[in-house]
Amino acid sequence: MNKKQKRLAFISSSLVVAAGAAALALTALSSSVAYFYTPSDLAAAAEKPTGNIRLGGLVAAESVRYAEGADARVDFVVEDGAHRTQVTFVGVLPDLFREGQGVVVEGRLAADGSVAASEVLAKHDETYMPREVADALKKQGVWQGEKPGS
Amino acid sequence: MMTSKPASFWTRYANPTAFQRLSNQIAPLAGGAAIAFIALGLWFGLVASPADYQQGDTVRIMYVHVPAAWMAMACYTSMAIASVAGFVWKHPLADVAAKSTAPIGATFTALALVTGALWGQPTWGTWWVWDARLTSVLVLFFMYLGYMALWSAIDEPTRAARIAAVACLVGFINVPIIKFSVDWWNSLHQPASVIRANGPSIDGSMLRPLLLMAFGYTLAYVWLLFVNMSAELAERRAARLLAGARPTATLVAEPAE
Repeated sequence: MNKKQKRLAFISSSLVVAAGAAALALTALSSSVAYFYTPSDLAAAAEKPTGNIRLGGLVAAESVRYAEGADARVDFVVEDGAHRTQVTFVGVLPDLFREGQGVVVEGRLAADGSVAASEVLAKHDETYMPREVADALKKQGVWQGEKPGS
Repeated sequence: MMTSKPASFWTRYANPTAFQRLSNQIAPLAGGAAIAFIALGLWFGLVASPADYQQGDTVRIMYVHVPAAWMAMACYTSMAIASVAGFVWKHPLADVAAKSTAPIGATFTALALVTGALWGQPTWGTWWVWDARLTSVLVLFFMYLGYMALWSAIDEPTRAARIAAVACLVGFINVPIIKFSVDWWNSLHQPASVIRANGPSIDGSMLRPLLLMAFGYTLAYVWLLFVNMSAELAERRAARLLAGARPTATLVAEPAE
């Protein structure tokens, strides 16, 4: 090996080692790198997570109930197609919050499997289009996005 | 690698004078074109494009944010390629190119982080979350800073170039992590809209300003890169003259003619 090949070998082997280390670390950490649990993750978990958790999914259709009275309490269900989790929240919801919308809620998992949320974040998908296009798609019945918002 | 014609492109601009001539021609052209494309992109993005069906006018932050995030990754990738060229083949301009890219990439990363926070607040309901995408981009920003710190901490350019190149390449692992973070893990950040398997999931009227801005940012990078590289070469020449030393192998040689 001449010097140039030695340098090339050094740089490629250090890259391979670093990539391997990163892959191992990220695989080991994958559950904590995930930003939220889905309702199915919670249902499948052998040991229920304790303390503050984050739960992500879609706000189930016709599940949002605003409580009567002075406190701005709202109940809704987060679902992921397979499982559903009941959520209660007191506070200001983000503008994008609506039924059918992706959300991430942070809060405490109660013994009955519901979540008392201290924060609700709206997730949005990677689709961007003008309102007229969205309306036209819905009219033609080829809408594939979230359910029509209110 | 251009091993087939080693005497042409690959070595011609190793000569600082030839490079300077090239730089003087390209920099103003790229700069003018960058301003034109960014102005056009901002016009289409902020005025002559529709509001989003969900986000309304807030979506316009995308036209500044997304190309900045692309450039943050593209600059780091360029830096890594230049680092390999410098480390393995000792091309005298490669180290200069890598060093000169770092502050530009750091600026694009900072722009992406700041506009991302401004976009996150109205849409998600938060300025910042520690999800995989946001965290890995913050790590990228610190890598740029660390890379620049390495260069300024080591006085001798050849030694600094060697150490910085290894650091840059090890840090390059982060770039695919950023790109695929939204696919590998649950994250608050949405997945890619443009570079994805089934074609862009973004309407043509909104893709146009996005691509105009991306092109404008790229030209701005080319412009600033040439300006930075010229400055770096001038600084090295000045340091050499001050030290009273004859030109060394660091910059190959004086003009041949």
